[in-house]
Amino acid sequence: MFEYAPAPESRSVVQLQPAYGLFVGGEFVDPTDGDSFTSINPASEEVLAEIALGGVGDVDRAVRAARTAYDRVWGPMPGRDRAKYLFRIARLIQERSRELAVLESLDNGKPIRESRDVDLPLVAAHFFYHAGWADKLDHAGFGPGPRPLGVAAQIIPWNFPLLMLAWKIAPALATGNTVVLKPAETTSLTALLFAEICQQADLPAGVVNIVTGAGETGRALVEHPDVDKVAFTGSTEVGKAIARAVAGTDTKLTLELGGKAANIVFDDAPVDQAVEGIVNGIFFNQGHVCCAGSRLLLQESVADEVLASLKRRMAQLRVGDPLDKNTDIGAINSAAQLARISELADAGTAEGTQRWSPPCELPDRGFWFAPTIFTGVTQAHRIAREEIFGPVLSVLTFRTPAEAVEKANNTPYGLSAGVWTEKGSRMLWLADRLRAGVVWANTFNKFDPTAPFGGYQESGYGREGGRHGLEAYLNV
Amino acid sequence: MSERVAVRKTYKLYIGGKFPRSESGRSYLVQSGENSTANVALASRKDARDAVVAARAAGSGWAGATAYNRGQILYRVAEMLEGRREQFVALGIPGDEVDAATDRWVWYAGWSDKLPQVRGGVNPVAGPYLNLSTPEPTGVVAAVAPAAPALLGLVSVIAPAIVSGNTVVVAASPTDPLAAVTLAEVLATSDLPAGVVNILTGRIEETVPSLAGHRDVNALDLTGVADAELATSLEVRAAENLKRVLRPVPPHHDWYADPGLARMTALLETKTVWHPKGG
Repeated sequence: MFEYAPAPESRSVVQLQPAYGLFVGGEFVDPTDGDSFTSINPASEEVLAEIALGGVGDVDRAVRAARTAYDRVWGPMPGRDRAKYLFRIARLIQERSRELAVLESLDNGKPIRESRDVDLPLVAAHFFYHAGWADKLDHAGFGPGPRPLGVAAQIIPWNFPLLMLAWKIAPALATGNTVVLKPAETTSLTALLFAEICQQADLPAGVVNIVTGAGETGRALVEHPDVDKVAFTGSTEVGKAIARAVAGTDTKLTLELGGKAANIVFDDAPVDQAVEGIVNGIFFNQGHVCCAGSRLLLQESVADEVLASLKRRMAQLRVGDPLDKNTDIGAINSAAQLARISELADAGTAEGTQRWSPPCELPDRGFWFAPTIFTGVTQAHRIAREEIFGPVLSVLTFRTPAEAVEKANNTPYGLSAGVWTEKGSRMLWLADRLRAGVVWANTFNKFDPTAPFGGYQESGYGREGGRHGLEAYLNV
Repeated sequence: MSERVAVRKTYKLYIGGKFPRSESGRSYLVQSGENSTANVALASRKDARDAVVAARAAGSGWAGATAYNRGQILYRVAEMLEGRREQFVALGIPGDEVDAATDRWVWYAGWSDKLPQVRGGVNPVAGPYLNLSTPEPTGVVAAVAPAAPALLGLVSVIAPAIVSGNTVVVAASPTDPLAAVTLAEVLATSDLPAGVVNILTGRIEETVPSLAGHRDVNALDLTGVADAELATSLEVRAAENLKRVLRPVPPHHDWYADPGLARMTALLETKTVWHPKGG
């Protein structure tokens, strides 16, 4: 392996404040009861800032600000003007993308190469794409005059903090809704910097409100009686609780939840390309990806060859400082998530599967997990059924295409799937049969604002992105 | 000469293409026409579960049929219904309602091969990829037909579910079930594969909770649930496996109006397929 000199991205582009308030009605305000929590850098456990802990009263204040902005400003505003604000925001994100990328890597632990080259370009593209819809909704295929719903409550996870914010806020604003967004507890900082961008764009007060906090803050938001729409990305367990909470109301709900995607490799697939896809599928973003290809299904005749190549490739992965431009795998986002990954990995060993990781030195401080694969896995093992949400791959084998379909679909989830084969007819045959909202054929983990994303079954309902994604925020 | 003694009909369930009595052996009495009564099967929870098994078994064949084929079968239902118009009128269904129900089958029949074009297509992603979105059926749909209009309401619930390839288990109007059983006879003679539509008669509060909590049901259509408390409890049960839920329709709903796409699209999944382009 080549020796690489450290190539750290400079932190100086980010000006962190010691403490952050809530963003309500266009201003940063202190929480009513003054509580706060700390946000740390998961790669060093260094405290980054104090974050306000929003309570029930703060949520209520934010929802009222959003309602007022909806009734008086954003609802009546012509679509072409809403569009201009969204275009402004897209441009500001492009202009400040290095600052946002560094902050994202500091707060989340993901490699700068990913926040800089994947997250931020997609965030800007998402606002740019949706900006254009704001004055074209009559032509979006939902009939004439589709109407916004009103106030949208949005709760996002910590794995792609700013990208998930973009997936939520851009379509909501383009369709004429106002929002109250709660970022994940461990990753509030880029959302708060986004709030500054809203100020810089002169976005009318109350159109976007950011209430930081933990699970109770989210619950208060979901259960607020003046919310017309709930959009949640996160765990299936919480998604089900939200579905129960809104039962019997008029609140429209969309959910983007967990997954346990199969990544299926046939014997005719180009091995090097497939191995890159497997690595990207499970080790991208430390495996903190709901659509990660966490179950590798190898056709038996090539299993040994692919595994040997995969291990060779994994030995080249560089784990460490997220701000180093050569880093492939950054820090696990939190101590709690690290414990969850370790618990499931231990279950894999205890259940008799074979565990392998490349030799890999992990930093002393922070939260780290070496890239890991398990072989000899069957459908009955916990590591084949439960979402691990970490850099852990379970390897299974199959003989026939029909068996691949049967194993791939043997899950209550249905978010994504991957197929590797040179045979076009087989790829299309398989794509038809996989019960998953996104199928990547001879590629993996590709995203685009024009492409609808979302799951079947217990991976949730509704789509984000594309024309389909608008439907979640319109009365259609 | 004495007047001919009429042959009366036994009104049974419709499950898996067959007309069984309720496994519970129960029935209930309803008015049939002006001067007679009929014993209608009172479906049990077990009947509801059997219907889900039938619907699941029919699923892959029906979803895998060509859109052209599904469209022709829905149109065939309209032909059969038109031919039996007087039979429904004799059950007390207004002629206008039978006509509207027939026309609704014709309308939905035409959607089978258009929905994928209207609801899907190529997405212009920023990269060298072919990116295609297509709608797919969500799977097994459990539905509650409105109490009235008994025929048009039932057809308006069934047709949008099955046109895209879903299969259904539907609880018919409890107060007016004869039209539903007679519609089952129409369906049974329309080349509709067994199990695509399954019809339960009886009490909604008895059969539907087991459907709402059933792990092998993908969507719950609460259209005909008038009791708000029951509807909420059913929606809570549906969250167990995150069924897609259509909430109840207000009692004054105009079933004769253009139904739009909403009932079809609520029961669709969108699948997006990526493939690289390269020489």
